[in-house]
Amino acid sequence: MYLLKLIARNALRHKLRTILTVVGLTIAVLAYGLLNTVVDAWYAGAAAASNARLVTRNAISLVFPLPLSYESRIRGVDGVTLVARSNWFGGIYREPKNFFAQFAVSDNYLDLYPELVLPAQQRSDYLRDRKGCLVGRQLANQFGFKVGDVIPIKGTIYPGTWEFVVRGILDGRDETTITRQLLFHWEFLNETVRKKTPRQADQVGVYVFGVSNPDDAAAISRSVDSVFKNSLAETLTETEQAFQLGFVAMSNQIIAAIRVVSYVVIVIIMAVMANAMAMSARERTVEYATLKALGFGPAFLALLVFGESIAICAIGGSLGILATPPAASLFKQATGGVFPIFNVSVETIELQAACTLAIGLAAAIVPALHAARVRIVEGLRAIG
Amino acid sequence: MAIPLAYIARNLWTRRLTTTLTAGGLALVVFVFAAVLMLDAGLKKTLVSTGEHDNVVVIRKGAETEVQSAIDRNQASIMEMHPSVAIGADGRPLASKEEVVLISLVKISSNKPSNVVIRGISPTGLGLRPQVKLVAGRMFKAGSSEIIVGSSVAKGFSGTQIGEHLRFAQRDWTVVGTFDAGGSGFDSEIWGDVDQLMQSFRRTSYSSMVVRLAQTNLFDRFKADIDVDPRLADEAKREQAFYSDQSKALSTFINILGFTLSTIFSIAAMIGAMITMYASVANRVAEIGTLRALGFKRINVLAAFLVEAMLLALVGGIAGLGCAALMQFASFSTTNFQTFADLSFRFILTPTIVVKTLAFSVTMGLIGGFLPAMRAARMNIVDALRAR
Repeated sequence: MYLLKLIARNALRHKLRTILTVVGLTIAVLAYGLLNTVVDAWYAGAAAASNARLVTRNAISLVFPLPLSYESRIRGVDGVTLVARSNWFGGIYREPKNFFAQFAVSDNYLDLYPELVLPAQQRSDYLRDRKGCLVGRQLANQFGFKVGDVIPIKGTIYPGTWEFVVRGILDGRDETTITRQLLFHWEFLNETVRKKTPRQADQVGVYVFGVSNPDDAAAISRSVDSVFKNSLAETLTETEQAFQLGFVAMSNQIIAAIRVVSYVVIVIIMAVMANAMAMSARERTVEYATLKALGFGPAFLALLVFGESIAICAIGGSLGILATPPAASLFKQATGGVFPIFNVSVETIELQAACTLAIGLAAAIVPALHAARVRIVEGLRAIG
Repeated sequence: MAIPLAYIARNLWTRRLTTTLTAGGLALVVFVFAAVLMLDAGLKKTLVSTGEHDNVVVIRKGAETEVQSAIDRNQASIMEMHPSVAIGADGRPLASKEEVVLISLVKISSNKPSNVVIRGISPTGLGLRPQVKLVAGRMFKAGSSEIIVGSSVAKGFSGTQIGEHLRFAQRDWTVVGTFDAGGSGFDSEIWGDVDQLMQSFRRTSYSSMVVRLAQTNLFDRFKADIDVDPRLADEAKREQAFYSDQSKALSTFINILGFTLSTIFSIAAMIGAMITMYASVANRVAEIGTLRALGFKRINVLAAFLVEAMLLALVGGIAGLGCAALMQFASFSTTNFQTFADLSFRFILTPTIVVKTLAFSVTMGLIGGFLPAMRAARMNIVDALRAR
């Protein structure tokens, strides 16, 4: 018991130093948590993607479309249940910085995505309106879109300004579902394109399809690709998750940099903490010698130092962990929807706790050795 | 009289462990700060050097990038005949009609596919970019399935060495040369014959057109004429402006991320400096008293501790900058959010960055050291001398 008391008293001896150290730790642990969450957010699209849906695209790259005629041939492959069309529209809503995804999709697209919830009434309204569109809840909240609003979008791939009428708001089934997209009728896109630039008509960006048994996904994707081997538009089929991870991999050096930097902050605070502990230990040389003279062993002294270091870290670390969720929601608001999913995961909190412990232990090693090795006579003679 | 600098420096030397730890923390912050600035400078330099001042890029109105754009043959002919376009030695306009698409290639570092720009150029295309030089192999022959690759592509993607074949659009394309584009964005591209590429991709229109102006001040006229011509639906931009616009999103992202990180990290490092300086003051109370008794003024003591803190930060700053300078040997490649293609660029250390970084580290020392130095300066001589 008196050991704990001694540790607490020691920790509070230099109040200012302890407070500064705790503040530093809080900031570092918070920064580490936020950076980890940024990396998680990067993967959110892939994490939310399903393994039971496959995506077929042009093998050259996403820039090239596939002919409409492929739809029935994909449907003919064994194990394929439902084939939907999706074209990336890539338009601009007022200003380029208001970036969000717009897809022209076939009407059966929603059947493939049970995680996008839409009231039956809104769904039938959408199906009836040729120029209708559906917007995700996160998007609707960001720009204040309501049912009945007209959204003008300037096309970059498909020229002209397009106007869509909001006919429904898509809700996510749970908080991992990304609802920051706008969906509209593929037929509307195709009709308009046929009038303006007939060569661009009857072309599909990607086909998304469901399979009856997700375990067969690899075999089915091979058989789909073999159907179109040596054709004008060879295909590449992969699971939706692999498709999304492909996007993430394109910026993997940025993610790697963020990862490295998130450990840099831990090292920085380790240096700060180790320094604070080293100074405390040096100042207390006389005390350590006294304690030894009283009969306490080196292990006890080392324990004293470790205890103090871990106690301070625990306070700073806990504050940092507690501050992470509110800071994350502030960050999410401040970045204006760049990261539609920005949740602090349990894993992040565990990592934060582990880092805190590591800092506490690492910072105490040298001072603890110093305390344990103090020779009584020299220690009593030492001057601060 | 001021307290001598040697005396201040010795104080840091006496507490080596503490000095090293504090300076180490500061060095890491400075390293992150400098690395981000260098990355942004590298990105800017890459994209600015991609453009020639007198070159103009024409893309379809509303399109943001060459990949999204389409210009049909008639429109291209109308524009290349504009009087503002320079005439080459062979009497033909200096204009390159180009096809720009993305193909997906496997990146060596991650073993994952990434998008690479493949650009079909007209015979004049190479001459319009004087920074592009063949460094190995030879130029592709017009009318053949041959391609040349930029130096970053040759380094970063598999299957792009001279003599190797890339298969896309139902053809095998032979790599016959490697070009160096002087660190510009073209280093991240593959070039081939525009007519061959259009045919195999089954396209009937060009993506963009690059023209050389006969005189630099003709740009406004060229742009205005294109804007009003009812046969055209295109938009002209100076090449430099065009490429720097394309990096805006990436540059903003790097800056915001870097600024946020540096701010948060610097708070941690300043706290470290503050703890060290407070301890330095606390350990030397009697010494401070002696200095005051010898006749040094409060302001001298304040200055001495501030200088000590700044010196400490400067040591960290120089160490951090030294590590950051080594980053110049590394290159960074990532997908540009706007063009959706892989772009490779370097970390570049400019004199401005050196000055900014050192100023940043000294400021951290100054802020971290201010309160401790105040405490030292406000000590009462008698009390201080009495301290053990």
